[in-house]
Amino acid sequence: MDYFLELFFGGLTRGSIYALIALGYTMVYGIIQLINFAHGEIYMIGAFTALVVASALSLLGMNGLSLLMLSGVIAMIYSAAYGFTMEKIAYKPLRDAQRLSPLISAIGMSIFLQNYVLLAQTSDFVSFPALIEEFPFMESVTIMRSSELVIVVTTAVATTLLTLFIKFTRMGKAMRAVAQDKTMAMLLGVNVNRVISATFIIGSALAAVGGVLISSHIGQINFYIGFIAGIKAFTAAVLGGIGSIPGAVIGGLVLGWTESFATGYVSSDYEDVFAFGLLVFILIFRPAGILGKTTSEKV
Amino acid sequence: MTAPQPVLDVRGLIMDFGGLRALDNINIQVNSGEIVALIGPNGAGKTTFFNCITGLYEPTMGDMIIHTPGKAPVRLNRLKPNVVTENGLARTFQNIRLFQKMTVLENVMVARHCRTKSGIAGAIFRGRKTRREEQEMVEHSYRLLEKVGLDSYVNELAQELPYGAQRRLEIARALATEPILLLLDEPAAGMNPKETHELDQLITRIKEEEGVSILLIEHDMKLVMSISDRIYVLDYGQMIAQGTPREVSENRNVIKAYLGEAFDA
Repeated sequence: MDYFLELFFGGLTRGSIYALIALGYTMVYGIIQLINFAHGEIYMIGAFTALVVASALSLLGMNGLSLLMLSGVIAMIYSAAYGFTMEKIAYKPLRDAQRLSPLISAIGMSIFLQNYVLLAQTSDFVSFPALIEEFPFMESVTIMRSSELVIVVTTAVATTLLTLFIKFTRMGKAMRAVAQDKTMAMLLGVNVNRVISATFIIGSALAAVGGVLISSHIGQINFYIGFIAGIKAFTAAVLGGIGSIPGAVIGGLVLGWTESFATGYVSSDYEDVFAFGLLVFILIFRPAGILGKTTSEKV
Repeated sequence: MTAPQPVLDVRGLIMDFGGLRALDNINIQVNSGEIVALIGPNGAGKTTFFNCITGLYEPTMGDMIIHTPGKAPVRLNRLKPNVVTENGLARTFQNIRLFQKMTVLENVMVARHCRTKSGIAGAIFRGRKTRREEQEMVEHSYRLLEKVGLDSYVNELAQELPYGAQRRLEIARALATEPILLLLDEPAAGMNPKETHELDQLITRIKEEEGVSILLIEHDMKLVMSISDRIYVLDYGQMIAQGTPREVSENRNVIKAYLGEAFDA
């Protein structure tokens, strides 16, 4: 039973990170119908930013949670700036182009950012400090580590805040309006460019949170982590129903558990087989994803 | 009598799509407090005209100017749709374009967007100013919904409203942007005679109570003739007639455009 719970919480942690990244995919898709393949890179940049900031600050003698918070916030801001700029450079000029063009632009952006970090940093794995120390009250708990607890709680809080933001604020309403009918929103005075920028900023900041937390949990990063995490999070978003925010979270968790149990009961070699097998399975029976709505396109 | 104050002044408007001239040298004026109708057979260019003045299309030539009382006239050419809206133009569509997955109240509140200031920072920190603004937004939206008789539906999803109510919600939403000129694209399309009659009264009431001028595209001639002060008639992108309802209904060109050449013989 303990083993099961361990796998359960391991999957929950992994799934939370997927969910944090998947939120960015799903929000951007909801607003401009673009699969932002460079989104994983934003997550990777978040992790690197936090590493640099945390290393610098630890020299000043900071440690523990305050270090995590500070480097996390700076990583969020930095990643948000990258996300914002990326949209302006790579996607905005192509907004009226055919749908394949921004997709290719996204792949180009992804390759560019990976190689940029490769050149600026290193191709090797670098170790990431464990910013989340073991909490005293968690000492007797064997099935879950403190960092896992922090990841799960942070994801829950972030998702709740995001949901409230979208439901109740003025910008949130504008986002939903733009997602449903961009032209009409524009005609009602909504500044669509600003809404799209806000979407990229929020999605990127969430990805940075995921990047910082998982790096601190695993303890090492390199320039390539964004690619793999990005593909997995994209899978999670599709699994849950792309365009749907609760769908991204559910998709992330389902994927996390699948991988965790497959690793634990079968073999870690089969982790991806189960993950993508699940994707194929769900897409056969629910093509729009778990929470996605099948819409018939009007001709 | 003071001279009529123009609200919208369009001169020499030409819209080409490749080799096709969809609008040819169109002049349309709407004066303050007027209800003006734009009629014509299908494909005459009426909706194209709306798309030009609201910034969805960029006209090939011509001037489109909006005069807000107490402000300098603004040239609408090359302005983005949201900026056109900020300058006092609001429109509805022929086919209903509500935000179907949002509530009735939210639909109207989105349109208040351009008249409120607080940004992301305001949303996060929710200072006094933001909260007051939001309060004002909700109250204003309620008032508009009451005006079009939808105040009992505020929390329903837009997609759950009956057809006639959806039409009225579109009008309330357009009004929420505080326009000085309201553009209605076939507001009576698909309505039964009773609903059309109510719409007739609603449009007149809105004009008086909200102080907006109205330019409407409509095929229901009974509605057009009863509420319009003036009528413009388009056919194949050309302006073939204009004048009071009476003048237009007696115009030979108009009769020909609607009923065909054979009528002439």
